Amino acid sequence: MTATAIAAAPGRTPDPEQHRRDRRRSGARRSLIRSIPLLPAVLLLAVFLLGPVISSFYGSLTDSSLSGSAAQGASFVGFDNYIALFQDPDFPKSVLLTFVFLIASAIVGQNVLGLGLALLMQSANGAVRGVVGTLVVGAWVLPEVVGAFAAYAFFSADGTLNSLLATIGITGPSWLYSFPMLSVILANIWRGTAFSMLVYTAALNDVPPEITESAAVDGARGWQRLRYITLPMIRRSISTNLMLTTLQTLSVFGLIFVMTGGGPGTDSTTLPLLAYQEAFKFGELGFGTAIATILLIVGALCSVVYLKALKPEVD
Amino acid sequence: MAMTSPSGTSMRVVSNTVLVVIGLCFLLPMLWLLLASLDTSATLSVKLPETFSLDNFIAVLTPETALIPLLNSLLLSGGCAIITVVCAVLAAYPLSRYRMRVNKPFLYGVLFGTCLPITAMMVPVYSLFVAFNLIDSIGGTILFLAATSLPMAIWMMKNFMDSVPVSLEEAAWVDGASMMSTLTRIVVPLMRPGIGVVFIFVFIGAWGNFFVPFVLLLSPEQQPAAVSIFTFFGQYGSVAYGQLAAFSLIYSVPVLALYVLVSRTGGSFALAGAVKG
Repeated sequence: MTATAIAAAPGRTPDPEQHRRDRRRSGARRSLIRSIPLLPAVLLLAVFLLGPVISSFYGSLTDSSLSGSAAQGASFVGFDNYIALFQDPDFPKSVLLTFVFLIASAIVGQNVLGLGLALLMQSANGAVRGVVGTLVVGAWVLPEVVGAFAAYAFFSADGTLNSLLATIGITGPSWLYSFPMLSVILANIWRGTAFSMLVYTAALNDVPPEITESAAVDGARGWQRLRYITLPMIRRSISTNLMLTTLQTLSVFGLIFVMTGGGPGTDSTTLPLLAYQEAFKFGELGFGTAIATILLIVGALCSVVYLKALKPEVD
Repeated sequence: MAMTSPSGTSMRVVSNTVLVVIGLCFLLPMLWLLLASLDTSATLSVKLPETFSLDNFIAVLTPETALIPLLNSLLLSGGCAIITVVCAVLAAYPLSRYRMRVNKPFLYGVLFGTCLPITAMMVPVYSLFVAFNLIDSIGGTILFLAATSLPMAIWMMKNFMDSVPVSLEEAAWVDGASMMSTLTRIVVPLMRPGIGVVFIFVFIGAWGNFFVPFVLLLSPEQQPAAVSIFTFFGQYGSVAYGQLAAFSLIYSVPVLALYVLVSRTGGSFALAGAVKG
């Protein structure tokens, strides 16, 4: 970086104008050479990430499908897919379920439980902290399908939860059929809390102990210290973590797909599952692509908020 | 909050109790996997097997059930991790070392890419793969997986590279070394732990990915364990719980081992910490 800084400094030579022009031309060539290593990454990202995004926007405006006459050549239909989408009763329901899933499992569940675990661990025994931390992280590290099987077994009609309830004399319902959303929300909290816990543990470690201690000396109670000292000090971690857990939860597919398959009926069909079903079960690619595009836009809006928060790190 | 006061002691007891209860809740679903895998008459509920046996493991460790899918997983995740790491190292070098006009937009683009909900894209990706005639192609799937993990990998790699001091490279530049030889001879050896963390991070992600191969790969003999275990669940899951649990454990062990490896080298927070605000 030092080398470039020197090179970039304006030269003081007899003919500054001519010299500057040479510098600029050689500088442009040099930065072209220097950006060559970016090429493989740029190519890969352009073809396999930007490509699908563009084809998603375009595909949502066509009537392409997996079978029938439209399978050969899709034709441009404008916003018909979106209009049909908003008229389809499954779509608003799916939007609602996605919001419920996001708010209950990510924004409330994972964040509150993750922060709670991080706070409790500060005042807990070393051994307890180690074991509980390992268990929480374990659920997170397990592959998605395996986590989904474990949660499926836990919530099944004759699963662990109901046999526990039976020991205290309660006949539990068939959770996956009677309360599919509750089951997948709890399963997603179980699987995802570790991430928030790790982020908040790191954030709490950065809070200087003197500040909370002096607040304690001034007579602030535990929850007052939390409310007025700790939370304001880690608010940046809170906002980034909220954004990231939201984005991760927005794209949860395998967990719900394995546990309930979106059912019974469409009672746990969040938007990713609806997009999958429309496209691959009913062959309506355009329809599925329109849902995908909406998800992409929602994700992009979240990302922009997130980037605003991270701006100082790039600059 | 941990202080040597009377209320500190009771605080500690409360914290420990609450943590143990939460820990038990987190343990129970995983405990089922472990106990059911050792039980030939496993049910969906956690229970101690009457006799511990490894029969479930023996039953699934056949080429068709577990071995070929695991090999496919290795191929997919290994290929994806190698391509991602090579591209990320190459891209991170100019981003970390030179002040170029493309840096800022590129890094913003990369960060933006880390946020995209990939699942949302699977339908358009499928159409694109059909158009390119890449459906059911392992190579195409590897490239797509690499592209999706690349943004995060570039971001992590640049952060690791920023912490490698420039002074050694300056000496090499003075001696007339080219950019590529500086990168391969000086920077890469110095940041081997960081590269390892990124490799494992990408590998774990690809190994656990279910949706991408589920949509892009069709023939059963090409499918990775993530998909074939789901097929197994659909076919025998309602009878052979023990075997399902055994297969799940075998499939999870590499990921768990790699995670322990990373956290031992102090990179555990790199996984979550790459995003610390």
